[in-house]
Amino acid sequence: MLEIKGLTKKYGQNVIFKDLDLTLNNGEVLSVIGPSGIGKTTLIKIMTGLETANSGQVFIDGEEFGIGDGRLNAKIGIIFQDFNLFPNYTVLDNITLAPVNVNKLSKKAAKQEAIELLDTLGMKDKEILYPYQLSGGQKQRVAIARALAMHPNIIAYDEPTSGLDEHSTRQVAAVIKQLKSSGVTQLVITHDQYFAELISDRIFDFAQEVQR
Amino acid sequence: MKYLMEILPGILTGLQSTLGVFFITLLGSIPLGILVSVGMKSPYFTIRWLINGYIWIMRGTPLLLQLIFIYYGLSMIGINFPRFEAAVLAFVVNYAAYLAEIFRGGLQSIPKGQYDAAKVLGFSRSQTFFKIVLPQVIKIIMPSFGNEVINLVKDTSLVYVIGLGDILRAGSIAASRDVTLIPYLVVGILYLIMTAAVTVSLRRSEKRLSIWR
Ligand SMILES: Nc1ncnc2c1ncn2[C@@H]1O[C@H](COP(=O)(O)OP(=O)(O)OP(=O)(O)O)[C@@H](O)[C@H]1O
Ligand SMILES: [Mg+2]
Repeated sequence: MLEIKGLTKKYGQNVIFKDLDLTLNNGEVLSVIGPSGIGKTTLIKIMTGLETANSGQVFIDGEEFGIGDGRLNAKIGIIFQDFNLFPNYTVLDNITLAPVNVNKLSKKAAKQEAIELLDTLGMKDKEILYPYQLSGGQKQRVAIARALAMHPNIIAYDEPTSGLDEHSTRQVAAVIKQLKSSGVTQLVITHDQYFAELISDRIFDFAQEVQR
Repeated sequence: MKYLMEILPGILTGLQSTLGVFFITLLGSIPLGILVSVGMKSPYFTIRWLINGYIWIMRGTPLLLQLIFIYYGLSMIGINFPRFEAAVLAFVVNYAAYLAEIFRGGLQSIPKGQYDAAKVLGFSRSQTFFKIVLPQVIKIIMPSFGNEVINLVKDTSLVYVIGLGDILRAGSIAASRDVTLIPYLVVGILYLIMTAAVTVSLRRSEKRLSIWR
């Protein structure tokens, strides 16, 4: 379970949000919606330790983490809006690079797991391609596999459907549901109210729940 | 033909110095240049200030002058380098400055998202640099790096100013002794062969790097 308590973020004098509380239960899919520029990306950057905050606490399964704590990296995986795949590595190496170099998994085991992940995400036989050879939806699934390969407690998506057509959007929804059924806790940032209703157990509306 | 055979040994001896300066400069200035370019982003003002001063001097004065200062200037204050070592030192510090500027440009063009992704996946700073950032920088800077390498081939001829016997010097000794331009012609052809070799190997590496974008 992820709990965020009393989170306040300012950029200079500009208050992005104040005293934000948010809870994400294990196995749950939570959507965070809200208009552009309200601070959704900022929130997951803080959650994953990429951005600092002015005050607040993060608890994961009851354990407290400081804001910006490097250990948060391992707890929460993130699928960036523009995926940020590593262009100089193949799909397979994008997925195995961190397990091998950070978790010191053997190359063989990492490869096997990566292939299985790609299979379940409908990306069989794509492992030898480079990111530039993939469509947007395919890149996204590689980004999902790359995050899952590190076995985070939670996966967070930043606008997973922006730039995707209706068909790809439905595929993303299917992937999220599939991961939910295997017990992955997910947080989804989106503009798309319909998509949010389609995939999530609960919706967190930034515009209503957040003080500025 | 007979004349060629006469002058060739001298010129080939000169070639050794030329190639020596060329390869040692490459080997030395690449890592030094990377180090300097990383240092430019140091949080410490003093380090940035020193590096900017160093680059300003290296790019703001002729390499010829730097050679003279390192060989003759330093010996006046009691630091004596043999000619070859002095030449190599001058070339390494000079080329490192130019390469550092090129690397800096490459580093700047790596999107912040690459660092974010690496951080979330738990890579250390050095892993991020060597496995993710550097390969992308290398690809980006390859064309301008290639230009510098070609320049280096030709710049090695500047070592004449401190009396180091490179091919150009060997050629001009033969030319003035025998009152003919043929040695210069030979030297010119040798430079062309060297730059052609450099061009071919640069093209090869560019090609190898073009499997990803
Ligand atoms: N590095 C920064 N410095 C200053 N202000 C920033 C910075 N990053 C973001 N902001 C501001 O914080 C606010 C929230 O930005 P954020 O990217 O979190 O919005 P968002 O809800 O994700 O919007 P979108 O839906 O368009 O992606 C914006 O007003 C933005 O201008
Ligand atoms: Mg955003």
